[in-house]
Amino acid sequence: MHDKVVRRRRAVLALLVALSLFLLTAYFGESAGGGLHATQRGALEVLAPIQEGANKALKPARDLFGWFGDTLDAQDERDRLQRERDQLRGEVAQLQVANRELEQLKGLQEINTAGGLAQYDPVTSRVYQRSPSTWYQTVTINKGSSDGVKVDDPVVNGQGLVGKVKSVSDGNAVVMLLTDQDFGVSALAPRRGEPGSITPIPGAGGDLLFDLVDDAEKIRTGDLVVTAGTSSERLPSVYPRSILIGKVKRIDNGDGDLDRRIHVSPAADLLHLDIVQVLTKPDANLQADATPTAP
Amino acid sequence: MTISGPAIARLALLGLVTSILQLTAASQVSIFGVPMDLSPLIVASVGFLAGSVPGAVFGFCFGLFADTALMQTLGVTSLVLTAVGYGAGRVRELRDPAHGLAPVAVGAAATAIAALGITLLQFLLGVEAPVSAQVVRQILMTIVLNTLLALPVYAVCRRVLLPFLPDDPRRRRRRAYTTGGLSPLSRA
Repeated sequence: MHDKVVRRRRAVLALLVALSLFLLTAYFGESAGGGLHATQRGALEVLAPIQEGANKALKPARDLFGWFGDTLDAQDERDRLQRERDQLRGEVAQLQVANRELEQLKGLQEINTAGGLAQYDPVTSRVYQRSPSTWYQTVTINKGSSDGVKVDDPVVNGQGLVGKVKSVSDGNAVVMLLTDQDFGVSALAPRRGEPGSITPIPGAGGDLLFDLVDDAEKIRTGDLVVTAGTSSERLPSVYPRSILIGKVKRIDNGDGDLDRRIHVSPAADLLHLDIVQVLTKPDANLQADATPTAP
Repeated sequence: MTISGPAIARLALLGLVTSILQLTAASQVSIFGVPMDLSPLIVASVGFLAGSVPGAVFGFCFGLFADTALMQTLGVTSLVLTAVGYGAGRVRELRDPAHGLAPVAVGAAATAIAALGITLLQFLLGVEAPVSAQVVRQILMTIVLNTLLALPVYAVCRRVLLPFLPDDPRRRRRRAYTTGGLSPLSRA
C-alpha cells in the first residue's frame, strides 16, 4: 500500500515536470503567431475584464500600501530633492544664457520635433496588471489593436519612456518595460552629445546600463539620457527622438574604458504605473521630414 | 487533507482569487524596493497544509495561470512552483512540524527556491545582457519580505482549507488538551 502511494506520488511529480518542460520547449521554439501564443492571447482576452475590475476595486488598498511605503521613503526623498534643487538652480542660470543663444538660432534652423508627443497620435490607457517577477518586467494595459495599438509601439507616461508594446490583442496589450531583459533602445546623452545604447541589468529591477558609448569618459553623474531616434534610414528606430529615458545615477570605473559601466535610473516610476500613453505613430516626425515643405 | 470534489473546488477558487489578487494588486505594491510576490508563499502554504501531490498540482496550475495571464514563457513558473508545492508537502509528510513558526521557515525556503529556480531557468534560456550583484540583492530582499508575510498568508490558506484538514497538528494538540482525554496530566 505504501509503495503504491509512493509510486503514485512520484508519477504525478514526473508528469507535471514533464508537462512543464514540454510547454517550455514548445513555447520557446514557436513563433509569436504559434498555437501556444494564440492560446495565451485568447486567455488574456477572457481574463482581462475580470482583472481590470479587480484592479479598480483594489486600487484603494494598493494606494494605502503605497502610502506607507512613500512615508518611509519621504525623508530620503526630501534630502535628495534639496540637493537636486541646489544643483538645478545653477543649471537654470546656465540654461538662461543658452536659451538666449537658442532664440537667435531658431530663426536659422527648422526644427521638426515641434508639436510634442501629440504628433505621434498617443492613445491613453490604464495599467491593470503587472508581472511580479524581476525577470519578466511587463504590465498589461486596457487598450489594444482596436484602438490602433501595434506591436513595438513606444509607451510613455508623464515622466518619460516606459517601454514598448510586446504583444497585442483586440482590447488589451502587454507592455515590455524598460527594465525587461529583452529591452534595448538607442539613446543619447544630449548634454555631452554622446550616443549609446540603453539595456537593462537583468534581475536588478529599476537599473539600466548606458552601454556602447564611444567616449564614456565624458558622461557625468546626473546627465540626462534620451532616446536617440532614427539616425539611419536603413535602420529606423521604433522610438521617436528626445523622449526622456532617465538620469545617470552612478558610474562604475573598471580597469579600463571598456569596463566602465554607466548606470541609469529610469525617469518613469515603473513600480507605480497607472496611466500611460502608447505612441501609435512613432514615425510621424520622419514622415514630416519626408514631406516637402512649402516654400 | 481529504481530496474530494469540494476540496478541489475550494483549492481552485483559492488559486484563482489569489492569483488575480497577486497580478492586479500585490505585484503593484513595492516594499524594500521589490514588488510583492506572494505566489511561492501561497503554493508552499497549500503544499504544507494539503500534502505533496495536491501541492505540486496546485503549484503547476498556479504557475500556468500566471504565465498565461502575463504572456510569459509558458512552463517556467509552473515548473518552479510545482517543485515548491511538492517540496513543502514533503516537509509536512516527513517531519509533521507542529511548531507555530514552521510556516515561516517553509515560506522563506519556498521563496528562495522559487527565486533561484526562476533565475537559473532564465540563464538556461539565455539572458542576453550583463548580470550584476543586484540580482542577489533583489532575491534577498524578496526572501526577507516574504518571510515577514509568510504567517499571514499561511493563516489565510489554512482558514480556507480548514474543513478539509482533519489532522492539523496544532488543532490536534489543542483539542487534546482542552477535552482532557489525551492530556499527559490527566493520564498521569
